[in-house]
Amino acid sequence: MNEISTIEKTVLSEYKYGFVSDIEADEAPKGLNEDTVRFISAKKNEPQWMLEWRLKAYRHWSRLAGEEPKWPNVKYPPINYQDIIYYSAPKQKVDLNSLDEMDPELRRTFEKLGISLNEQKRLTGVAVDAVIDSVSIGTTFKVQLAELGVIFCSMSEAIQEHPELVKQYLGTVVPITDNYFASLNSAVFSDGSFCYIPKGVRCPMELSTYFRINAENTGQFERTLIVAEEGSYVSYLEGCTAPMRDENQLHAAVVELVALDRAEIKYSTVQNWYPGDKEGKGGIYNFVTKRGICRGESSKISWTQVETGSAITWKYPSVILKGDNSVGEFYSVAVTNNHQQADTGTKMMHLGKNTKSRIVSKGISAGVSNNSYRGLVHVSKKANNARNFSQCDSLLLGDKCGAHTFPYIEVKNNSAIVEHEATTSKIGEDQIFYCNQRGIDTETAVALVVNGFAREVMNQLPMEFAIEAQKLLAISLEGSVG
Amino acid sequence: MNTIEYFKERFDLLQSVHKDSGLDIIRQKAFNTFNKMGIPTTRHEEWKYTRISGLFNKEYQFPVTQTATSLSQKDLDAVRLPGHEQASELFFINGLFSFPLSVVRSEALVVMPLEEAAKNEYKDIVSKNFGHSSNYLKDGINALNTAFVQGAVFIHVKKGQIPEHPIYIYNITDARSGNILSQPRSLMHISENAQVQIVETYTTIGLEESFTNQVMEIIVEKDARVEYYKIQNDASHTNQVSTTHIRQVGKSYTHTVTISLDGGIVRNNLNVVLDAEYCEAHLYGLYFQQGQSHIDNHTVVDNVKPNCFSNELYKGIIDDNATGVFNGKIFVQPQAQKTNAYQSNKNVLLSDTASVNSKPQLEIFANDVKCSHGCTVGRLNEEGLFYLQSRGISEKIARSLLLHAFAVDILEHIKPEPIRKYVDKLISERLEFDIT
Repeated sequence: MNEISTIEKTVLSEYKYGFVSDIEADEAPKGLNEDTVRFISAKKNEPQWMLEWRLKAYRHWSRLAGEEPKWPNVKYPPINYQDIIYYSAPKQKVDLNSLDEMDPELRRTFEKLGISLNEQKRLTGVAVDAVIDSVSIGTTFKVQLAELGVIFCSMSEAIQEHPELVKQYLGTVVPITDNYFASLNSAVFSDGSFCYIPKGVRCPMELSTYFRINAENTGQFERTLIVAEEGSYVSYLEGCTAPMRDENQLHAAVVELVALDRAEIKYSTVQNWYPGDKEGKGGIYNFVTKRGICRGESSKISWTQVETGSAITWKYPSVILKGDNSVGEFYSVAVTNNHQQADTGTKMMHLGKNTKSRIVSKGISAGVSNNSYRGLVHVSKKANNARNFSQCDSLLLGDKCGAHTFPYIEVKNNSAIVEHEATTSKIGEDQIFYCNQRGIDTETAVALVVNGFAREVMNQLPMEFAIEAQKLLAISLEGSVG
Repeated sequence: MNTIEYFKERFDLLQSVHKDSGLDIIRQKAFNTFNKMGIPTTRHEEWKYTRISGLFNKEYQFPVTQTATSLSQKDLDAVRLPGHEQASELFFINGLFSFPLSVVRSEALVVMPLEEAAKNEYKDIVSKNFGHSSNYLKDGINALNTAFVQGAVFIHVKKGQIPEHPIYIYNITDARSGNILSQPRSLMHISENAQVQIVETYTTIGLEESFTNQVMEIIVEKDARVEYYKIQNDASHTNQVSTTHIRQVGKSYTHTVTISLDGGIVRNNLNVVLDAEYCEAHLYGLYFQQGQSHIDNHTVVDNVKPNCFSNELYKGIIDDNATGVFNGKIFVQPQAQKTNAYQSNKNVLLSDTASVNSKPQLEIFANDVKCSHGCTVGRLNEEGLFYLQSRGISEKIARSLLLHAFAVDILEHIKPEPIRKYVDKLISERLEFDIT
C-alpha cells in the first residue's frame, strides 16, 4: 500500500496550482516527426497495429500542418509543435516534496479550496488512477473493481492486456482524421485511462483520474476511452491541475465514450489548469476533443463540466445520439477571469428516433476575459420525435469582458422540437444592495449570486466535486469586483 | 460563364463610359476587393448554409449603360402594388434606376440619380455616407455591387417633412431574352425630424434566370423615423442577395419588416447600426417557403452607443423541400452600456423534407446590458389542432387557421394598410384560407 499513499500525496496533497515536482523524467527529444511517434510507441512496448495507427494519424496531421482551426473565438500566438517534448515519463523512484515545502501563497489557495489533509483522506473513497506527466504510476481499487469485471487501468496497460477491446473501440468515436488536435493526439498520445464496464454491472464507485502536467515544456496528450456494455452504469470524474509556468503549455486530450444498449455514462470534469497570471502571461492551452456515442437503444451520456482554468479553453463535449430513445446531456459552468479565453459548448447529433438532449450552459466572465458558448444541435432526417432544450446564460462581471453565444441549430425533421434560449446580464445592483444591507460584503455577495447562477449545473456534480467546484468558482473570481 | 476576367472586362468598360462620376474611386476599391475575395463559398462562415457560387456557373447579361425599356405599360401595371395611385413610385429596370418611369408624388422627397447627387448640393451627404457600410460587407458579393455602381438612386427626405404616402420601389428584371444579373443600388437620407415609409418589391418578367444583387443604404438622422418593408414573392427561377444597411446616426426609430414568400435562392442581409444614444430598432421577418426554395435571413444589430433598444422577431414556415436559414447577430460594443436587445426566431416545419438552420448569435462586450435570444423549431401544435378539430373544424382548415395566426404576429407590424392587406391575401391564398 506504500505506493498508493505515494499517489495520494502526489495527487491530492499537492493539489495546487504552481509547483513543480522535481521528478527525473525520461523524455523524448524535442520536436515531432515519425521517429518521435516510433519512439513513443517503442517506449511503451506497443504492438505493431498500434504503431501503424499512430503513424497513420501522424501522416494525416502532417498533411494538415499549419492548418489549425481558425474559427474559434480565441487568440493566441502560433504554437511551435517542434518545440514540445512529446513524451515524458517519471522514473519510478518518485521523490515527493511534502506539504511543508509548499509556497505559502499556494498553501493559502489550498486552504481556501478546503482540501485539508483530513478531507483528502476522506476523499480516498474514490478510486484514483493518477496520471503524472503522461504515465499512470498506479491504480487503486483495482482488485475490488476486477471482482465485478470492471477494467479500469491506464491506456498503455490496456493496449498490452486488452488489445482486442482497445482495437475494437479506439478511434471509433473520434477518428484519427477528426480534427487537427485529435490527429495530433492520436499520433503522440502517451497515456490515459481505459475503462470497461461489463454487461449489466453498475460500477459501485466513482472512477476518477487526476491529470497533472508536470515537466516543463511537456505537452499533455491524454487519451481516455470508456466503454459501457449493455445495461451498465458508470460515473467518471476527471480533475485537472497544472503547476505555475511562464510558458504556455499545450494540452490536447481526446476522450471517447461508448454507451451500448441501456448503458449510462456520466462524465464529470473540474478543470482548473493554470490560467496564466493577471497580465495574461503563461497558462495552459486546453484544446480537447471529447465525444460520446449512444450506440445502443435507450442509452444515456451525460457531460458535466466546471471550467475555471486554462489560458485558452477549446472544448466541445459532444454526444452522438445514434440509438433510438437515447439521451444526451450537457451541463457546463465556464468561468473566465483576467485574460482567459474560453470557447466551449457542445454538439448534440440526433440520429436515432425519440432521442432527447438537454443543454445547460452557464458562462461567467470577469476581468478582460472572453467567454463563448458554441453549440450545435443537429436533427437528421430520420430522427423522428427528437427533442432538444438548450439554455445558455451569461453573467458579466466588469465592463471589459465579453460574453458570446454561437448556437447552431440544424433541423431536418419536422417532428422534432428544438428550443434554444439565451440571456446575458450582469449582477443586479439591487441584489448586491440587498446583501450589503444584511452585512454581507460585496465580494461574498457576488460569490453568492454566482453560485446561485451556477447551481443548476453544480447539482449535477458528484458530492466530492461539488464542494470543491463551488470553492473554485469563488477563488477564480477573486478580485474581479471593484 | 461570368469569370473574374469577364467582370474585369465589364468593369473597365464601365469605368471608361462613366468617367468623372465622382464614384470611380470607390468603384475601383470595391473591384479590388471583389478581385481578391471572389464569390463567397460555403467555406465562408457567413455563407455556410447558402450556396450561391453555383449560380455564377452560367452566363449573365448585365447592362452597363441605361437603355430604353421595351416593357409595355401593361407589364409595368402588373407589378404595381395596391395604393400606388398616391404613392411615389420608383422603378429599377435590370438594376438601373429609371428616371423617366418613376413618379415622385410628394414635396417632401428629393429623388435623383446618385451620380448627379454626388456633384450637386447633396454631394456632402453622398460623400459622407455612400459606401459607409463597407465595414459590414466584407464579402465579394457586396463588393461586386459597389464595383458596378451606376444607375443608382439617391433619395432624400427633407428636414422636418413627412410624405403623406409611402415610397414604392419596384425592382424589375427583364429576363425575356437571356439570363440577367441586376445590381440595384440606392442611398437614402432621412433628415432630422423627417418620417418615411418605404415598400420594396422584386419582379422578374420572362422565363430566363435572373440574379439580383442589391445594396441599399439608409441613413437616419436625429428624431427621424423610418419604416421599411421588403416583399419578396418572385418566381422560383430567380435568385437574389439583398443587402439593406441602416445606420441610425441620431436618436431615431426604425422599423423593418421582411416578407419572403417565394424565389429560388434568396439571401437577405439586414444590418442596423445604432450609432447614437437612445436609438430604437424593430426588425420583423416572415418567411413562408415551399417547393425547392431557399431563404436565408442574416441580420446584424450593432449597438455602438449606450442606451439603445432593439427588438427582433423572425418567423418561418417551411414546406416541401424548402430550406430556411436564420442568422441573427447582436453586437454590443464596450461603450454601449445600458443596451437592451432582444431576438427571437420561430420556425414551423410542415414536411418531412423541409429543413431549418438557425444561428442566433450574441457578442457582448459591455456588462450593463440586457440581451436575450430564443429560437424554436417544431411542427404545428398538436393540441391546438385537436382543439379545433374537436369543435368540428376540418383538419385542413384548422391547420390553415393556426398557420395564419402564426403569420399574423408579423403581418400586424406592416403599417400601411393596403400593403398589409395585400400580403395577408398572398398568405391566405397559399393557405387556401378565407379570412372573411
